[in-house]
Amino acid sequence: MELQVRAELCSGCRVCQLVCALRNMNECNPKKSTLKPIGHFPEPGRYEVKVCNQCGACAEVCPVGAIHNEDGVYIIHEDECIGCMQCVDACPYGVMFTHPDRQAPFKCVACGECVRYCPTGALVDATGQVKGGSAR
Amino acid sequence: MIYGYAGKVLRVDLTSGRVSTEPLDESMAREWLGGRGFVAKKLWDEVTAGTEPFSPENKLIMAAGPLTGTLLPSSGKLHSGCLSPASGGYGDSNMGGHFAAELKYAGYDMIIIEGRAGLPSILVIDDDKVEIRGAGDIWGKGCIASEVELKRKLGDDFQIAVVGPAAERLVRFACISHDFGRQSGRAGVGAVMGYKNLKAIAVRGSKAIPLKDPALALKKGEELFEAVFAKPGYKEWTPYGTAGVTDWVNEVGAFPTRNFKSGYFNGYKGIDGQALRDRIRITDKGCFCCPIPCGKYSTGVVGGKRFFVEGPEYETIAMIGGDLMLPTIEEVAYANSVCDDLGLDSISAGSVAAFAIECYENGIISKEDIGRHVQFGDVDSAVYLFEQMAYRRGIGDLLAEGVKRAADRLGRGAERFAIHVKGLEVTGYEPRNAAAMLLSYMTADIGAHHNRSWAITYDIAKGRLSTEGKAEWVIQLQHTRPLFDTLGICRLPWVEIGFETKWYEEIFPVITGLDYSWEQLLNISERIWNLTRCISIRHIPGFGRKDDMPPVRFVEEPIPDGPTAGGHLTMEDAQKLLDDYYRLRGWDSNGHPTREKLQQLGLDFVKI
Repeated sequence: MELQVRAELCSGCRVCQLVCALRNMNECNPKKSTLKPIGHFPEPGRYEVKVCNQCGACAEVCPVGAIHNEDGVYIIHEDECIGCMQCVDACPYGVMFTHPDRQAPFKCVACGECVRYCPTGALVDATGQVKGGSAR
Repeated sequence: MIYGYAGKVLRVDLTSGRVSTEPLDESMAREWLGGRGFVAKKLWDEVTAGTEPFSPENKLIMAAGPLTGTLLPSSGKLHSGCLSPASGGYGDSNMGGHFAAELKYAGYDMIIIEGRAGLPSILVIDDDKVEIRGAGDIWGKGCIASEVELKRKLGDDFQIAVVGPAAERLVRFACISHDFGRQSGRAGVGAVMGYKNLKAIAVRGSKAIPLKDPALALKKGEELFEAVFAKPGYKEWTPYGTAGVTDWVNEVGAFPTRNFKSGYFNGYKGIDGQALRDRIRITDKGCFCCPIPCGKYSTGVVGGKRFFVEGPEYETIAMIGGDLMLPTIEEVAYANSVCDDLGLDSISAGSVAAFAIECYENGIISKEDIGRHVQFGDVDSAVYLFEQMAYRRGIGDLLAEGVKRAADRLGRGAERFAIHVKGLEVTGYEPRNAAAMLLSYMTADIGAHHNRSWAITYDIAKGRLSTEGKAEWVIQLQHTRPLFDTLGICRLPWVEIGFETKWYEEIFPVITGLDYSWEQLLNISERIWNLTRCISIRHIPGFGRKDDMPPVRFVEEPIPDGPTAGGHLTMEDAQKLLDDYYRLRGWDSNGHPTREKLQQLGLDFVKI
């Protein structure tokens, strides 16, 4: 899966955040999701969506090598993480997330859940493997 | 334990500055569900007879529901209520956006706001940290600028509810605004917030909503979204949102035009959903978890001024577009943006401006009274009147009281032009050829409002002037539609794209652990309906049948033009509709619930 954003289609509904957190954290809590729609209102009146493109900048700075490239997806091994948060600072897209409940940061694991349930087609899988909600 | 709830109630006494939390009572959740149910029960329990809407003893209650913030279509509704400055009785209004979900993520199902702050204040809720702070220089600013400023100061991830200059001046139809274009518009809930000197509430939450079965909630939630995606309306209705109904309402001659003189606006194609989409829309703007975003964020230029506004949605198109006869969608949107920034309910503001113009045309208000010439079809007249009312300048001081009080003071036949029920201005459906819709307005608990029962399609299917079976249908809608406000979710997937109620019935136990059937949920909705009636009986002296009467224009004046020209229901029809309605509700001939009815609904504690 290769997550891409068509921001002009985003309506800021945050379904993506809710399914992300439920799928990956088993919690109804958007603050534990790994992507973020942001509205720019009142002007110019548009949304952007911050998502991970698996660039690997997080893995490069990790001092203990806790972030592993697994088939093109960077996965944090929490048992190896020391919680230094260097990856959070290093992420060029602001999508290494933290939460008071958790010692380790968390990031997108490319599960495709957000693409499947994005109601507007703003989130797409460039490889075409994951079909979006609006494409059904 | 009941799941689906955040579990706490936040109580804020603005007089003393004391903030406290209480656990959400489990029986409260079981018997009143949330949202509108919580608002009604708390108003009954905590606001005593003799309380004035504008007094520290009136309470502003904001409640989410058990389904708010969870994974199901359109789960982002907040319900706010108080004694209404419009009617003096029960008042509430719901609001979309992201505030309600965020409130639950912060750990609260409900906020009870009491008393009155000595100085303009804001309430900042950041999970467990809750503070009352000075409003500083945002007091006096418009809703939009205030929200921008608060987001800048507090952080962009705060969700903010704010009131504008209209609420600061106790305009009886001032609204609460949120997210640059969502409002709790009706019943003057914003005016009560303004009276309390509470300029804004900001909330941010990082907590999870506990679910009975999170894994199943995901699976079931996905199923519900799949069901929405499979509906034709998902792709056909969404591009236009509520504005899409404008053509149909004109084609059936029910579009408020020229202060409800007519039901047909000749220029409706200039202000319909297509015009909105083609000419001014920038982006769709959705509420929390909504797959069918009705918000159409727009921009344009009118009179050299660039505006940005969410909408106009249908009600604004009807009440500022049709009722004030504005010819272009740009003008409607611009006038909408003015209302939004001033913090005026665009429904009532449109109606009040139309009332003023008709009074002016008939010599009841003079040019000197108003300060300039005003006319239908002129956006400058509309905007001028909105600003006069919001700032209570000149005649605006009278207009800020709403059409009922303004007409009472003006006399000289102004009452004929005051289109309201219970002091609340009528919304976007001209009902004098639609018996069920007329009855809907007559009996809506907050005053004339379509949200409780939108029955005009039933009239058209079953015979518009016929009164047969209409009361029964209205009652059914009055239980179903407000149930969404009780669960804390939006009714539009059900109303607009035919999303079946069985889906809510199926997901409800997965989230809450409560095994309620849709029928049982409707019974709770009936309990709430009877309680809101009793709240108005308690607070409005002599409240009863006379307060359910329609505006005289609807039962005496035929429509002059358009598809419904010539026809209208009569006062006799209205009385027959009420007789049927009271009988089927188990109310007496004065519209008071009988003791038996109250007992049957578990309302034994209600003494009226």
